[in-house]
Amino acid sequence: MHIVACVKQTPKSDNVKIDPATGCLIRSGAASAMNPFDEYALEEAVTLKEQLGGTVSVITMGPPQAEAVLRDSIARGADAVYQLGDMAFAGSDTWSTSYALSKGIEKINSVRPVDLIICGKQTNDSDTGHIGPQISAWLKMPNAAFVKKVVEVKEKSIVVERLTEDGSEVLELPFPCVLSVVKEINSPRVRSVKGRMAAKRAEVTKWTADDIGADKTMLGVKNCPTRVVKSFVPKREVCAVAVEGANGKEKAANLVKLLKDGKYI
Amino acid sequence: MDYAINEMEQEVLNATRELAQKKLKPLRAEMDAKEQFSQEMLQEYRKSGMMGLWLPEEYGGLGGGITCLAMAFEELSRVCAGLALTPGTSALGAIPMFLAATKEQRERWCPDLASGKKLWAFALTEPEAGSDATALKTTAIKDGDFYVVNGTKHFISTGKEADFYTVAVNTNPSRGARGISLLVIEKGTPGFSFGKKEEKMGIRSNPTYELIFENVRVPKENLLGSEGRGLLYLQETLDYSRPGVAAQAVGIAQGALDETIPYLRTRKQFGQPIITFQALGHKVAELAAKTEAGRALVYSLTHRMDEEYLPAVKNAVANGTTVHDELKKLKGQRWTKYSAEAKLFCSNVAMEVADECVTLCGGVAYMRDFPLEKYMRDAKITQIYEGTVHIQKNEIITALIKEYAAKGDEE
Repeated sequence: MHIVACVKQTPKSDNVKIDPATGCLIRSGAASAMNPFDEYALEEAVTLKEQLGGTVSVITMGPPQAEAVLRDSIARGADAVYQLGDMAFAGSDTWSTSYALSKGIEKINSVRPVDLIICGKQTNDSDTGHIGPQISAWLKMPNAAFVKKVVEVKEKSIVVERLTEDGSEVLELPFPCVLSVVKEINSPRVRSVKGRMAAKRAEVTKWTADDIGADKTMLGVKNCPTRVVKSFVPKREVCAVAVEGANGKEKAANLVKLLKDGKYI
Repeated sequence: MDYAINEMEQEVLNATRELAQKKLKPLRAEMDAKEQFSQEMLQEYRKSGMMGLWLPEEYGGLGGGITCLAMAFEELSRVCAGLALTPGTSALGAIPMFLAATKEQRERWCPDLASGKKLWAFALTEPEAGSDATALKTTAIKDGDFYVVNGTKHFISTGKEADFYTVAVNTNPSRGARGISLLVIEKGTPGFSFGKKEEKMGIRSNPTYELIFENVRVPKENLLGSEGRGLLYLQETLDYSRPGVAAQAVGIAQGALDETIPYLRTRKQFGQPIITFQALGHKVAELAAKTEAGRALVYSLTHRMDEEYLPAVKNAVANGTTVHDELKKLKGQRWTKYSAEAKLFCSNVAMEVADECVTLCGGVAYMRDFPLEKYMRDAKITQIYEGTVHIQKNEIITALIKEYAAKGDEE
């Protein structure tokens, strides 16, 4: 089985400053690491490889320093790593980014057919959750988002359980397909000694927009269809509701109604 | 200070520190309170390659030596000396095998040992054979292609969880100590059962069991080396494993300091952080100096050991011979005295540091919510297992008497 995990280098802290003029994150000077949600994607890929045999490739798009996140992927059990780096990619929104990643994955696929693509559910710096489903659209593959469990891997398909707003559902997807996973799916391993040593020596394959045959009119800040109007750090708010009622019985009934209305139960 | 001199050792330190903080720390209090072995932690050890640090790459190990093993054991024990014993005791159980095993035996046992798929344990102690190991009563009488084993071992670390037990037996009771041999006995062999599980003061997340052998038929292919040479292999094993216990002791001492110093910095009495009281600050300084001295002793020794161990392992793999024979060919020195010195010194330091740290922090450290009392309970075992402090002193003085007697002869 050939699994591709998509990862991104993001700021280590969730308390990153935003440039008020551009509405973009100020990345320089902030410590970077693998997007925490991508750790789960990579862990799932490596776990499946250990169970079924095969190869895990990891792809990222980002500036030169994003190479670090690929070396980190090797330390966590990946076999081959690919970096999409080109000024043409700069400032891409999720539509452009997922297009570039899908072209990169197509190129990986041309060397060794890809069975499964796994993404984290979202990044900790922009929180969109678009990339996994968008890659599946570009590649015309089935997709399951918010996957919390791989139930079974069959010869030509994979059965997964995904979170929904009301609970969860079980889906069977034929290979090749795209999953984006939530943190409930596993507990990412720490980097092994062998992995750490391999990471230093690993070869990082670097591709430009031309290398992956991407249409440059679909890339970069000028060509992408969305504009960042404003970015903000969500406020932490604690909401408390006092349940009214004349007596305990009435309060309990009102509480149950509140929970039902909110679809908590 | 890190005494790692090569890249591999540095990465062992980095990997172990990350593993200890992220995976071990969240489990330690619960496993200690429940006196439970952690399968979850075993999985993490397997995934991070901790089980085969000291084994050759040919068998799936990392290719490191005694230093890598000691460093990992120190860093894990710095966070939890109990759960650190999963890789620790598996190495202890397997070292005699690895030293004495033939090529065929290594190929049979090492891959699963290195991956952590199978755990090993060391079974020497008996109710009446503790410090005096030669008094052991477990017998293994040859019967065709088998040995028939009868007897009881007790206080066996990682008991029941381990898959293979390196068991000291007497194959020729009429020869006494010269009849002692080592047999590898697999869990599940008919007649091999587990008796009492001990309730202990410390290292409570590592199960300690009694092993009972009733007419257990062990294939002769499981004999390590030759009959009657068990004591030799055991001594050689302890030479290599005691620095490991010393490293564990250093880890416990360091871990106790790691908990103590931040507390003393923030705890205020009489209007000031109590670490600024010279009586307390100077005590911490002494404890830190002793801990560092212990660490320097351990790694000076293991690096010297590796200068012989690593080439011997390489030659054994290349030549299809035993590691024991290759060590002999290299005319390696005996490490008994130095190993005993390291274990004696470091285990006493661990006990002193843990004890003093509890006193320094006061009431809070006596409570189970604070991890220090666990360090004090765990430290104690390092003065006892793999030879008590008194046995270490015996080893040292025996070696010194020999050294000085030889000098006298020269004069």
